[in-house]
Amino acid sequence: MALTGVEIFKLLPKTNCKKCGFPTCLAFAMKLAQRQASLDACPDVSEEAKQKLSDASAPPVRPITFGAGDRAVKLGEETVLFRHDKRFVNPCAFALEVKDTLSEAEIQKKIEEVLNSEIDRVGQKLKIDAIALLNESNSAGTFDSAAKVIAATAPHIPVILCSADPQAVEAAVKSFADKKPIIYGVNTENAEVMTGIAKTYKATLGLKASASGGLDELCGLTEKVKALGVEDMVMDSGARKAKEILEHNTLIRRAAVKKNFKPLGYPVITFAQREDSLLEALIASVGVAKYSSIIVLSSIEKWKNLSLFTLRQNIYTDPQVPMQVEQKIYKIGDPNPESPLMITTNFSLTYFIVSGEIENSRVPGYLAVMDCEGLSVLTAWAAGKFTASKIAQFIKESGIESNIKHRELIIPGYVSILSGALEDKLEGWKITVGPREANGLPAFLKSKAA
Amino acid sequence: MALALPKETYSGKVYSVTIGTGPGALTFGGENVLPFHTFEGSSPNSPVIAYEIQDVPPDDWPEEVKKPYKDVSHNPVSWAKFCQETLKAKAIALRLTGTHPDRENRSPEDAAKTVRDVISATDLPLIILGSNHTEKDASVLISAAEAAKDRNCIIGKAQEANYKTIAAAAMANNHKLIAMSELDINLSKQLNILISQMGFDKERIITDPMCSALGYGLEYTYSVMERIRLAALTQNDSTMQQPMLGDVGMYVWKVKETQAAESDVPQWGSLEERGIAWEATTAMALLMAGTELLIMRHPTAINAVEKVIGELT
Repeated sequence: MALTGVEIFKLLPKTNCKKCGFPTCLAFAMKLAQRQASLDACPDVSEEAKQKLSDASAPPVRPITFGAGDRAVKLGEETVLFRHDKRFVNPCAFALEVKDTLSEAEIQKKIEEVLNSEIDRVGQKLKIDAIALLNESNSAGTFDSAAKVIAATAPHIPVILCSADPQAVEAAVKSFADKKPIIYGVNTENAEVMTGIAKTYKATLGLKASASGGLDELCGLTEKVKALGVEDMVMDSGARKAKEILEHNTLIRRAAVKKNFKPLGYPVITFAQREDSLLEALIASVGVAKYSSIIVLSSIEKWKNLSLFTLRQNIYTDPQVPMQVEQKIYKIGDPNPESPLMITTNFSLTYFIVSGEIENSRVPGYLAVMDCEGLSVLTAWAAGKFTASKIAQFIKESGIESNIKHRELIIPGYVSILSGALEDKLEGWKITVGPREANGLPAFLKSKAA
Repeated sequence: MALALPKETYSGKVYSVTIGTGPGALTFGGENVLPFHTFEGSSPNSPVIAYEIQDVPPDDWPEEVKKPYKDVSHNPVSWAKFCQETLKAKAIALRLTGTHPDRENRSPEDAAKTVRDVISATDLPLIILGSNHTEKDASVLISAAEAAKDRNCIIGKAQEANYKTIAAAAMANNHKLIAMSELDINLSKQLNILISQMGFDKERIITDPMCSALGYGLEYTYSVMERIRLAALTQNDSTMQQPMLGDVGMYVWKVKETQAAESDVPQWGSLEERGIAWEATTAMALLMAGTELLIMRHPTAINAVEKVIGELT
């Protein structure tokens, strides 16, 4: 658990030397507690204090970098149980399972699917992050050949090598040396050999408890591997059913965050594969909402990816920073040059509700969405971001004048006060005050169109 | 280091609510833990999914979700029977869409007749919803509540602007009530207080903190629900212990992900499966946040979500 400012203060030299840039050691300690300063700034702190402080300031879920280069994924670093408390830090990674029993052509096809999975959504590029190669054949040679196909075709994709056979792993991992792969399948029997391999090839270890052993066995495993000298780990409690996934993931996150219980302070890998793809999407959804850091899927149809990517984006959004949509003129329905033009701000919820109601009206129109740093209409107006001159400038620069024949702008009812000033700034334009709430839009637009 | 399982016990508990009468009656809510956390407390009832039908043909529904009902949806009675007999629905949500002034503008008397017809055709628990026009709903739901007197239905939605009439109608006719506010935990609490101050039993209220579709504000609904549930459990706040409703279908089946043809957005994949997944994923997320009652549209989505509910309990 993080130390308080006073607890940190007790470990500092208490000389008030100001070398850290703060007036007193206490002030520095307070900043450290808020994670707004780094202990490196104190030149006189003792080694013992450093150790204590770095233990206490480490995030409760260990940060892991999975893969290397542009496609590397960060895992862990989580600090809370509920997204309304603080932003969930590192979005979970989705991995597609590839069985080594597949033909080379089939493996290539799977890799292509992963490479082509990228979708752009509200300005973010979302994709399937990784490949999980399964040693279904139980043969080291087959596993190695499949690994070579992946390494040759998609050298940048992070890979999870899933096998409990150290020979198979040692053969295959060479294809990904220095690319921070995950070696998954570490158990009580093979832990020593696997740890040795991980050290040699700088890999992260994926620990797997047996279904009956559960969290106790998992703790024993992480401590064993740590004692053997590897700290980059991800954990599988053996949970496969939705109920166990929820239970284990919750207890693991609580132990890490609330008790600072180090043996469970590692990212969780969840195997969500199911026969039925829709069911698999829902099991994966449980993992997205409830604390999985890697989710392994058996298929990645585009429709399924779109749902899962969007859910991950929603859950991992910063609750303190309003979601924003891009500033532009949005076409709703199939507007023509006579269609109405409305304006609102770029708070995503405002945009979703207003555009939804325009759609409901079935009156095609243009919706001008103005960048107000993600504030809603009234807040943006009060903050001076949604003013007559800024609106006028946006409308003129948007180029909408060449798309429409009329010169009428509908403004939200809450800012009716702007209409006079806007008519002054937007010469030749008529300003019409629309309804105060978006749910008044269908009736408003229909009566205008009639 | 030995692991002491960090289990939580809470002082509060969600009210359990029973709807319907006779053998088909259903109970939801009643848990004293976060959703599906049966490893640390009791969660005696599973969440319930109601199939949404409406009083007028679903012209406003997108093609993919109209399809499963194409032979029955011309009439709410055949639609309700189809849900009960063929789809094995456990509950039905009848939305009186046709009463909206911008739609067919049907009268409260028309609405009452529809309710009577549906009730005589099915013995499933019924949720009766207005058209979300606050003024019209007040008069429509009075007639609808009377028409369903003593059938122990859920009537909704009561909002700040019309809760008095609708709550009075629900109370007079022995129904449960949906209290809806707009994505704000304090507004939700306040509406529950106002309604219970009228003498309406707070254990007969279902809270609707307003739904949103996946990708369209879902994170707001998700967090408001999580916060309401935490307040209910950790603070034992009796104005927040009502079961929660996720009115999923209506919000999901109007976003473009459930309507855009694959030819227009090839990177989004098959429209049919995309729409179903969009509805099922939205529902799944809200279940994780704490909803006990869902209103949904597509039978395939409902089946999949019910399977996972089974796996979670």
